[in-house]
Amino acid sequence: MTVPTGTGVLERRRASVRGGFSRPRGGSRTSGTAPRPRRGRSRTPWLYLAPALVVLGGLLAYPIYQLGLISVFHYTQAQVSGGEPTTFEGFGNYSRLFSDGQFWEVLLATVVFAAACVVSTLAVGCALAVLLTRVRAVPRLALMLAALGAWATPAITGSTVWLFLFDADFGPVNRVLGLGDHAWTYGRFSAFFLVLLEVVWCSFPFVMVTVYAGIRAVPAEVLEAAALDGASQWRIWRSVLAPMLRPILVVVTIQSVIWDFKVFTQIYVMTGGGGIAGQNLVLNVYAYQKAFASSQYSLGAAIGVVMLLILLAVTLVYLRLLRRQGEEL
Amino acid sequence: MKLSVRMVAVAAVLATAACAPQTSGNSSSDKDEKTGTLRVWLFQEVNNQPKEQVVDSVLAAFEKEHEGAEVTVEYIPVETRAQRIKAAFNDPKSAPDLIEYGNTDTAGYVKDGGLADVTEDFGAWDEAKDTDPTARQSVTVGGKVYGVPYFVGVRALYYRTDVFEELGLDVPKTQAELIATAKEIRAAKPELYGLAVGGAYTYGAMPFIWSHGGELATGKGGSYASAIDSAAARKGIEAYTSLFGDDNCPAAKCAAMTGNDTITAFAAGKAAMAIGGDFSHAAVEAGQVKGKYAVVPLPGLKAGSIAPAFAGGNNLGVLKSTTHRTLAVDLMKRLASKEAQGELFDAMGFLPTFSDVRQQVAAKEAFVKPFVATLAADTKFVPASPAWAQIDAGAVLPTMFQEVVSGKKDVDSAAADAAKKMNDAFGSVG
Repeated sequence: MTVPTGTGVLERRRASVRGGFSRPRGGSRTSGTAPRPRRGRSRTPWLYLAPALVVLGGLLAYPIYQLGLISVFHYTQAQVSGGEPTTFEGFGNYSRLFSDGQFWEVLLATVVFAAACVVSTLAVGCALAVLLTRVRAVPRLALMLAALGAWATPAITGSTVWLFLFDADFGPVNRVLGLGDHAWTYGRFSAFFLVLLEVVWCSFPFVMVTVYAGIRAVPAEVLEAAALDGASQWRIWRSVLAPMLRPILVVVTIQSVIWDFKVFTQIYVMTGGGGIAGQNLVLNVYAYQKAFASSQYSLGAAIGVVMLLILLAVTLVYLRLLRRQGEEL
Repeated sequence: MKLSVRMVAVAAVLATAACAPQTSGNSSSDKDEKTGTLRVWLFQEVNNQPKEQVVDSVLAAFEKEHEGAEVTVEYIPVETRAQRIKAAFNDPKSAPDLIEYGNTDTAGYVKDGGLADVTEDFGAWDEAKDTDPTARQSVTVGGKVYGVPYFVGVRALYYRTDVFEELGLDVPKTQAELIATAKEIRAAKPELYGLAVGGAYTYGAMPFIWSHGGELATGKGGSYASAIDSAAARKGIEAYTSLFGDDNCPAAKCAAMTGNDTITAFAAGKAAMAIGGDFSHAAVEAGQVKGKYAVVPLPGLKAGSIAPAFAGGNNLGVLKSTTHRTLAVDLMKRLASKEAQGELFDAMGFLPTFSDVRQQVAAKEAFVKPFVATLAADTKFVPASPAWAQIDAGAVLPTMFQEVVSGKKDVDSAAADAAKKMNDAFGSVG
């Protein structure tokens, strides 16, 4: 109940629905009432977890271990192909990275850009999800198909098409807006804006479909009651839907943060590998340029480790905050 | 407690299993078999058929000479060559014996431990004495020879004869005239770029720096120091970047252009002049400007002088891991012989690396004259340091030009930053 609603009926209704739908608080961790099997010795849970653990270990833990390992060595093409011996560098790659002004610039750009992408994607996705519940079958189908089409388009194709739309010489956008031969990818912000549009375009369908499914699961009577109480669309979203959809919103937010922080294809394709004089570099592209374009695998690995830590920290802090507020995922 | 002991054991096993990242043993092979299959990788050109014919005739003679030896040639795409060749170095078992490679990659490949030292074989080869000095430099690292030059490529000034005639312009004889002419054309015909230039066109920009007496880097052997921020080099940067602007080639478009983009613009009739290579000839011929253009050497500072050009091109090299060293070296010499290079020119238009053969072909084909004249005047090469690959891949010079033309930095600070990055790269490989 973070937001006072001011109408008694709505308040009561919501409380009752919530009580009926959400799980009992703190059930999974601290429930002392239910009789439980003795903990610890039993191997059964591990047995069941084993297949998943093996797969995770092979596909996730081992590569991360290798990434960390490479990042503490001096490891370039010469070391890979045996031209020179591999030398242990400790945190040399990291100190080189942190003393490089460009890294901090790129990190800042990445954070700001990812934040803008997440906010825009969620805004567009949620708005269209609400719209989906309001329109009739045919327009709904059309919107769904359009969104799924955007979702299914490979990032390379999408980026190329957007680039063409905004092409200085042949692009229809310039012609429609009467901008002459304005070059969208020349300025730093206009290039980032162009990429943001593409990122939002290809990632809002996930948000939209997920949130739409969530809204469908909300009992109609709650919304009806809110409407009867005279709540506006915006008010219904803010005070009824958003709190009820919170677990879903948490998932799509974390997903979006992770995706947008790691954006690569769109930047690489649309700004030609990082833009004029590297003005549109984000961390992932920067890591690629270091690791593969110039074969400094260890430096690239160090950037990868830093990215991993940042994302882990963001996700953990976010989950932690939610737990404090008493929400369960 | 039992669990944690087990965990420690697992961790210990993991730690001992892989305490250093993987490395392939790319030591030189002891074997030197005189029979068996030789594997060769050559680059796939846009129109590859004529090249294959030249290569096939060399192979036929080679297989006749060496009984029991067989050659398989694979033409690899130029775009993915870096991955392919890196992979070959990483996995000697599936690597070829002989490769074609871009001459700016020599020092990098040598450092990677991929190429075999053929200094003695090159010295004992009677045709090698006519190899021109810049081409020889492009296979030499630290005084040792790691291959033979296959062909050279050099750039000159393409211009539209019809536009020049219509506006009553003379072909520019100095760099100052070149810049003035470019702007004059743009003023008279705003739909054309005067001289198409690109912020990412390093090898089109270098002649401007070299003609002012600037250098990329100074030094010999392993230790180089950047000279891109010297007063002379800065003058060259100033001259080149003065061509970006609404009065010639708008920065909004041209800052991101590469060499290929400028040639595409010229071939499509969107530019009155462009700096293109002898290897761009086919692309221009295939464009709308066929029959309406001519080529002259890029003018230097003084009237009649030629701006020093970058001597690009490809080399052939034997891989260190080969098990057929003698055969591979012999095939390399045959493929790059005077006769084969002459045939390759007839087939593909690639300029021979032997000064005497080049003179002969220039007499036959008129279009190569400006390129041969450029080669004869003065050519330069990139620093023979493995750091060059890193500088090139890190787009250090394009970044510098782009910073200047987009107004983010002035010439002095952009050049100083580029010099710092270059020195970091030189230092890291030293």
